[in-house]
Amino acid sequence: MEEILEILEKNNKLTEEQIAVMLGKSVQEVKEAIKKYEDEKVIVGYSTLINWDKTNKEKVITLIEVKVTPQRGEGFDKVAERIYRYPEVKACYLMSGGFDLTVIIEGKTMKEVALFVAEKLAPLESVLSTATHFVLKKYKDEGITFEDKEKDDREAVVL
Amino acid sequence: MNIGDMILPHVKSVPPSGIRKYFDMINEMKDAISLGIGEPDFVTPWNIREAGIYSLEQGHTHYSANAGFIELREEISRYMKRKHGLEYKPREEIVVTVGGSEAIDAALRALAGPGDEVIIPEPSFVAYKGCASFCGATPVVIDLKAENQFRLTPEQLENALTPKTKVVIIPFPNNPTGAIMPGEDMARIAEILKDRDVIVLSDELYSELTYEGRHMSIASYPGMKEKTIVINGFSKAYAMTGWRIGYACGHRDLISVMTKIHQYAIMCSPTTAQHAAIEALRNSDHDVESMKREYNRRRRAMVDGFRRMGLDCFEPLGAFYVFPCIKSTGLTSDEFCEKLLAEEKVLVVPGNAFGECGEGFVRATYANSIENIFEAIKRIERFVNNCRK
Ligand SMILES: Cc1ncc(COP(=O)(O)O)c(C=O)c1O
Repeated sequence: MEEILEILEKNNKLTEEQIAVMLGKSVQEVKEAIKKYEDEKVIVGYSTLINWDKTNKEKVITLIEVKVTPQRGEGFDKVAERIYRYPEVKACYLMSGGFDLTVIIEGKTMKEVALFVAEKLAPLESVLSTATHFVLKKYKDEGITFEDKEKDDREAVVL
Repeated sequence: MNIGDMILPHVKSVPPSGIRKYFDMINEMKDAISLGIGEPDFVTPWNIREAGIYSLEQGHTHYSANAGFIELREEISRYMKRKHGLEYKPREEIVVTVGGSEAIDAALRALAGPGDEVIIPEPSFVAYKGCASFCGATPVVIDLKAENQFRLTPEQLENALTPKTKVVIIPFPNNPTGAIMPGEDMARIAEILKDRDVIVLSDELYSELTYEGRHMSIASYPGMKEKTIVINGFSKAYAMTGWRIGYACGHRDLISVMTKIHQYAIMCSPTTAQHAAIEALRNSDHDVESMKREYNRRRRAMVDGFRRMGLDCFEPLGAFYVFPCIKSTGLTSDEFCEKLLAEEKVLVVPGNAFGECGEGFVRATYANSIENIFEAIKRIERFVNNCRK
């Protein structure tokens, strides 16, 4: 039933009935599988991808590279948690390589984001350094191209 | 001078494709959904497109060898081995053509002439009959039956074979029915053909789109490889219809004469497409797999949709077509398609466009988004219910 995940990841607007038909399973089976995935936190949530640039809402997205000292006994997880619990943090990943955490922050203005870094993030005891990068434009997110130029240009009838 | 009189009678008598009128109708419409298209909705995977672009950037804009770049023929040879266990020598037994279409044409031109019979199971892709007729050969049609899941049966084949039979076309997975020939069915066909003096033209364009079991090439049965020309291409599996590239594999004597025809008529296949095709064979198995999984989900959705509205619909296990029977609506195929388009703005193609025995059926393509498919099913259901009132 893992194909359900593949389907939902692309389009979670499909109904359980439709998914059942697409997989040749009963609606009951699909319902149960989805429930199980949700209970087990395989399906963690459902969200909608929005191109905010097309709205009037001001948004500033920032990617911050954070270097931290891991805590004894708890490694990076505890530090990460102290950071990702802030609602401003959209995403937080543990990284290999030159720094430890990628933190993606969303704010209304650059100033707001800068303040967050200066007042909340940088002062944390285990944070050694931060490097802040502002996102200028999103071309693609979650596998979806924002300005997709590829229209269905097929001729209407072809043998 | 009457221009019409200048045209050869056996060319003139071949009817043009019967579905152009729908094209004009649908072009006037907004929000129409076309399930009438015989090509993938996917765009060619990016790595393949990129390889084509890169070849242009590098200035690879010249002719290739007539039979195609040797690197491409080597890749095709490896592909045939890995997919079907068939060994073809890249230098002698493979020719790269302008789509499978050109391979069909070249093979028939090499083999079929006046007095020769070409066996064509129908409903089928329209080019076989057209090309055979252009050569002056006589098409001998076998009417495939819904009750046999549109498979070719040994009895049907036996009945169609005559001493004049020169070529037998094996068109599976089939356009327009979506039928496949599972191994045991194909074995029985091969058994009949292996001792006959006929050449088999096996059109395997949809081989990758087989949803149950594995596609079996008729060439892989004992005694069949020598007498079979396998035709395949990139259009369907790799979503490369517009690139115009395909190929034929077979006995060196057949391939060399097809290469000769290709050389005089075409020179060589587009080289940009050849570079892209090399990339396709080297690095795109996972794209083919993922498109196939997607098609399979749509296939189930569509078959289920037609069955729910009470239309008989055998389960197509190949290609990307569903071929429901619409006789219960009381309409002919043509009427069904015309009215459906006018009333609900959904286009499907009349089954008889693919041979007379397709009357009473329509072809619906599931090479379309799942959202469009669900919407189209809803509209067709409304239409069918209205017909029955
Ligand atoms: C059964 C069949 N064979 C061959 C072709 C031709 O394909 P190509 O694009 O390779 O010429 C088609 C195209 O619709 C087809 O349906």
